[in-house]
Amino acid sequence: MNIFVCVKQVPDTETKITPTGDGSFIETASIKWIMNPYDEFAVEQALLIKQSNPAANVTVLRVGSVKDTEALRTAMAMGADDAALVEAADNLDSYSIAKALKGAIDKTGKKPDLILAGKQAIDDDALQVPQILAQMLNLPSVSVIVGFEQAGNNVKVKREVEGGALEVYELSTPCVLACNKGLNTPRYASLPGIMKAKKKPMAQYSLADVGVSDADRRVKYSGFRLPPEKPPGKKFDATDAAKQKDVVSQVVGLLRTEAKVI
Amino acid sequence: MDFSLTPEQREIRELALKFAKNEMIPHAQEYDEAGKFPMEIFKKAWELGLINTCIPAEYGGSGFSSVDSIAISESLAYGCMGMNTSFMANDLALLPIVIGGSDAQKKKFLTPFTEEFRIASFCLTEPGNGSDAGGIKTQIKDGGDHWIINGEKMWITNAGHAHLFVVYGTIDPALKHKGISAIVVDPKSPGIELGKKEDKMGHRSSDTRGVRFNNVKVPKENMLGNPGDGWAIAMSTLDHSRPLVASSALGGAQRALDLSIQYAKERVQFGVPIAKHQAIQFMIAEMGMKVEAARLLTYKAGWLCDQGIRNTEIASYAKAFASDSCMQITTDAVQIYGGYGYSKEYPVEKLMRDAKLIQIYEGTSQIQRLVMARELIK
Ligand SMILES: Cc1cc2nc3c(=O)[nH]c(=O)nc-3n(C[C@H](O)[C@H](O)[C@H](O)COP(=O)(O)OP(=O)(O)OC[C@H]3O[C@@H](n4cnc5c(N)ncnc54)[C@H](O)[C@@H]3O)c2cc1C
Ligand SMILES: Cc1cc2nc3c(=O)[nH]c(=O)nc-3n(C[C@H](O)[C@H](O)[C@H](O)COP(=O)(O)OP(=O)(O)OC[C@H]3O[C@@H](n4cnc5c(N)ncnc54)[C@H](O)[C@@H]3O)c2cc1C
Repeated sequence: MNIFVCVKQVPDTETKITPTGDGSFIETASIKWIMNPYDEFAVEQALLIKQSNPAANVTVLRVGSVKDTEALRTAMAMGADDAALVEAADNLDSYSIAKALKGAIDKTGKKPDLILAGKQAIDDDALQVPQILAQMLNLPSVSVIVGFEQAGNNVKVKREVEGGALEVYELSTPCVLACNKGLNTPRYASLPGIMKAKKKPMAQYSLADVGVSDADRRVKYSGFRLPPEKPPGKKFDATDAAKQKDVVSQVVGLLRTEAKVI
Repeated sequence: MDFSLTPEQREIRELALKFAKNEMIPHAQEYDEAGKFPMEIFKKAWELGLINTCIPAEYGGSGFSSVDSIAISESLAYGCMGMNTSFMANDLALLPIVIGGSDAQKKKFLTPFTEEFRIASFCLTEPGNGSDAGGIKTQIKDGGDHWIINGEKMWITNAGHAHLFVVYGTIDPALKHKGISAIVVDPKSPGIELGKKEDKMGHRSSDTRGVRFNNVKVPKENMLGNPGDGWAIAMSTLDHSRPLVASSALGGAQRALDLSIQYAKERVQFGVPIAKHQAIQFMIAEMGMKVEAARLLTYKAGWLCDQGIRNTEIASYAKAFASDSCMQITTDAVQIYGGYGYSKEYPVEKLMRDAKLIQIYEGTSQIQRLVMARELIK
């Protein structure tokens, strides 16, 4: 059984983001990279499946810069068997990334039985790659899964919807599943795991190797800037009972005209 | 010259730091207040390979270098200096076996620590002999086919939970240093009596007790090296362990610095964040300078150890400088937090209490200066 897990390397949540001087991207030199937290659930799910099915092979895939291979090394230290990296700029769009992932899967020569990913990457929050990849591979796909069960050749997954209700899907494999928090508790990479990971194979491809060119770009970034600083909150004094009516209508008015939330 | 950690060392450090942030910091205050031993956290750290880093690979350990161990211990102390005292005491107790034990002793005593979660204690200090460790009075007598131990130990970390003791005693007090011997003792042996758990200022989650030995029989083969080798083993152990203790002070100091910067940016007085006041800036600058200097000394002391170069002088610099700096930095952190720093609602008062111990154990700051002077004025 071949399980592929797509992982993205994103800036640590504690990293301070600054746009480059020309506003074309963000400063990457001083960033501490981590595995996208939602992808950790995907890696963990793959490893749980491998635990009950030792013949399973878990390959982690990543598209991005080679400077730092933190995310792939972490996944292998957690227990993934091997990795493939497609070297690319860190600001590729979702379509190109999905196409590169498909190309990388083809390159490995392994027929996928299951493809797992995080439901979204916490850097650009696009929530697109797993679905585009599924479309390209012509495979069924469910996103935001919080439950997973194997049922013979099929899988049964639970998906969270508005209001906390759960939808249950049964899919035939191969399929693409995008994982959400709550699916499992990702393990730490152990120290022996870190040592073993050094010896695990990591294939490396160029975008050309996996058939992706600039013509595949569907989205181009026109600029990066920080959101405007939040103005300080407004305080309303309503301790005087006589004035409360006025204060309330003032607040309601501002919510309509300024905040435009009602 | 290269000051950087290897990619692997960076990964190890990251893992330990992640563990500290997720598993230790959220519980540090609760364990401190209740004086509760961090058994589950200790075990979890062991499962990840963060404990007993001194055990060589041929005995089932990770075979980590001194620098590797420092990178781990610094990160764990960032989570909680008190819990790290319990963790570190395992290494302190196992090091004499790594250093002075025979192959058979290493297999017998070290390997079980790699196979299941176990706790160890290093028993040197006595009620009447702390800094003057050479004057210890615990007696190890030849009982024919076994040794017999009589005496009393004090301030023994992990004593209440230990599966193994390394005990220092003398075969003859008249021999002074030359009579000191190190021996592995099963804490369940008849005649061992544990004192009550000490109610301490800091490191309150660690278990510290007196231990009394009344005619305790120990197998002959448990003596490390020959009778009288104990002092040399203890001194060599300190060369390895002082950089580790320094790293604990370093981790605590780094935490105090990080918290101070964060608070100074948030707290507004006189219309601006207090970080804008030069008095606060200078305190933070001083903290940063000391943390970095302590880091350089600590890693150098470990690096020398890994190169097999005698590090006694630098290890003492590291231990004294890192712990004295940690005390100053955590005190200033409380100052920067103002009245809030004095309250248990905020994390810095605990750091200040925890810092104090590191100036005391493993050779006080004064004793480190004695060692330095002895090395310098030979
Ligand atoms: C929480 C805790 C945990 C500990 N864990 C362990 C453990 O696991 N195993 C273990 O064996 N021990 C342990 N110790 C003991 C510790 O190492 C000793 O407390 C320390 O060595 C100091 O000894 P003392 O307390 O007897 O102080 P003393 O030696 O009585 O010192 C008192 C003061 O006199 C100063 N002083 C002493 N001699 C000189 C001198 N010649 N010149 C100048 N100043 C001097 C000291 O610096 C100190 O300020 C622990 C202690 C504590 C508090
Ligand atoms: C146990 C306790 C009892 C107390 N009892 C009383 C009481 O009975 N009655 C009462 O009224 N108050 C009381 N206080 C309050 C006490 O006086 C304040 O805590 C103190 O004035 C500091 O204020 P703060 O805690 O808000 O710190 P902050 O003013 O926020 O100061 C934080 C840090 O910033 C520094 N700082 C602030 N402004 C500047 C500046 N312009 N330049 C340089 N540095 C600056 C401070 O020195 C400090 O290091 C008590 C406090 C405690 C902890």
